[in-house]
Amino acid sequence: MLKNYALIAEYENPHDICHAAEQVREAGYKKWDACTPFAVHGLDKAMGLKASILPWFVLVAAITGCGLISWLMIWVAAYDYPLNIGGKPTLSIPAFVPPAFEVTILFSALTSVFGMFILNGLPRWNHPLFHSKRFERVTDDRFFIVIKASDKMFELEKTKALLEMTHPLNVELVEEA
Amino acid sequence: MHRGDVVLEEHVSGRETLIRGGLSYHDVTEAVCRMPETPFMMSPKAWMIGLAVSLSLLAMFLLSIGYLIWEGIGIWGNMSPVFWAWDIVNFVFWVGIGHAGTLISAILFLFRQKWRTSINRYAEAMTIFAVICALVFPGIHVGRIWVVYYFFPVPNQMDMWPNFRSPLLWDLFAVGTYFTVSLLFWYVGLVPDLATLRDRAKNKTAKLLYGIFSLGWRGSMQHWVHYERAYLLLAALSTPLVLSVHSVVSFDFATAQLPGWHTTIFPPYFVAGAIFSGFAMVQTLMLPARKWLGLKDIVTMKHIENMNKIILVTGTMVGYAYGVEFFMAWYSGNEYESFTFVNRAFGPYAWAYWTMVSCNVLTPQLFWFRKLRTNITLSFILSIFVNIGMWFERFVIIVTSLNRDFLPSSWHYFTPRIWEPVFFIGSFGLFFTLFLLFVRYLPVIAMAEVKSVMPHGEEHHA
Repeated sequence: MLKNYALIAEYENPHDICHAAEQVREAGYKKWDACTPFAVHGLDKAMGLKASILPWFVLVAAITGCGLISWLMIWVAAYDYPLNIGGKPTLSIPAFVPPAFEVTILFSALTSVFGMFILNGLPRWNHPLFHSKRFERVTDDRFFIVIKASDKMFELEKTKALLEMTHPLNVELVEEA
Repeated sequence: MHRGDVVLEEHVSGRETLIRGGLSYHDVTEAVCRMPETPFMMSPKAWMIGLAVSLSLLAMFLLSIGYLIWEGIGIWGNMSPVFWAWDIVNFVFWVGIGHAGTLISAILFLFRQKWRTSINRYAEAMTIFAVICALVFPGIHVGRIWVVYYFFPVPNQMDMWPNFRSPLLWDLFAVGTYFTVSLLFWYVGLVPDLATLRDRAKNKTAKLLYGIFSLGWRGSMQHWVHYERAYLLLAALSTPLVLSVHSVVSFDFATAQLPGWHTTIFPPYFVAGAIFSGFAMVQTLMLPARKWLGLKDIVTMKHIENMNKIILVTGTMVGYAYGVEFFMAWYSGNEYESFTFVNRAFGPYAWAYWTMVSCNVLTPQLFWFRKLRTNITLSFILSIFVNIGMWFERFVIIVTSLNRDFLPSSWHYFTPRIWEPVFFIGSFGLFFTLFLLFVRYLPVIAMAEVKSVMPHGEEHHA
């Protein structure tokens, strides 16, 4: 059986969707989202979204990467497999800086990308929103506000009326299986 | 004539818009998606011919790699005392080419240079393909390639560990990290644009493939918040990375005791040279691409001019480095150092040295004149000169320092055999094959980013 997933309202430009987002937020909805073809700056503020916590994960990854490779190099070069090259000290920290730097960057970059995808719950190839034909233009030139049916305040007629007040091009009900 | 080709007055009122021709968001999508959505049989003739030529060069490259592995590196002209020749020249050349991509995507991003959005995608693609070409050369020059696992710290019968104090190993870390991070950066940028292609795809295969690689992207603002932070972090991480990679490449030379290789200007000089050659290669690829793909309103004269300015700056920096090398050779009072540099300019390889100087130092000086740096044909020709010059720079550094070593009895004038040019030209086959496939099947302009720098809404229109 199909049940309601969300009401989506369609807008033509970033300006309109920012205004609409403010109204939806003021109305007190919690489970809602905006979908846009590009990152609209200011929309996150209008929606009241918090800053990403991603940098903290990356900081941990950076420290881990730097620590692991430094430990490996010191252990290998000074204890497990010491090579005497021109009488230079085996525990030669300056020589270890380039690999330590590179591995720090590598760990941080991998974490920023995969951490971002995990925080976003991607990959997720199926999604109820993909059932909407009009929603296909979200990656082209249309801006959408999505109010989920699971929101406590969601009432089909009332929510629809609210969205219609924000002058959208169209309001549509999306269902899911 | 397209609006993008028109040279605007030096002082336009207010700020010049980056995208000309009054395009809407949808027009941008249409312009960028046109090529990926053309059926294969209807590909432009120029593209077909280009692909055929590149594929034949690639086949030649692969066959010659097979022959090299079969026969050994004796097929090259490398001979005592010039043990390092074209293989390392090509490696450094290709790594250098890659730098412009990361520079455009990372450093210009951090500096909020919005004009980068029109050119960053294929500059990044160029980076990846150039680094692939670069990695081939150290890969194949090792001789007995079937024991290449000696490199890795595997618990084999010798219980071996790599020497972490060797710059060659640092190089592996640096270039390996650089490749991985560039690939991630490129892919993260591609995801929203792949979603565009997925949503527009008409045939099943295209829908499936773009669908898989766009990971179910649906432009959610909650996603964009994390996405933009990840992009910023990647840019912040790539910026020191790109400067470190070529510095580490220069350490391969700088930690040797050979005259001509260990001046302290090497790391910054190598980085400047890399950016210089990379921007030249972006120009070489972009000028024809914008014409044939009909992107003149997105990649405008302003972009071309800005890049030419960067070529001028970095070319002058390279010229300064040449001067400092000479000065230090004299100022150090080391006779071997002085000899090497006098030998570079007036010895048996003087022809290579002066080719390098004319292409790298003199050529870009033409860009002081606005008339010349806004001339498309001239920009294209000069960018090729820069590429030639930068290849010769690496050749001069490596071969002139090696061919007259400390013992005059072992001096030897290095001449390449037929196989060196075959490998070098073949690597262009690999590069252009990958690049042509990219141009054909992926969005060459970062649509989502271009749209975000366009004037928004009606009231912002001038």
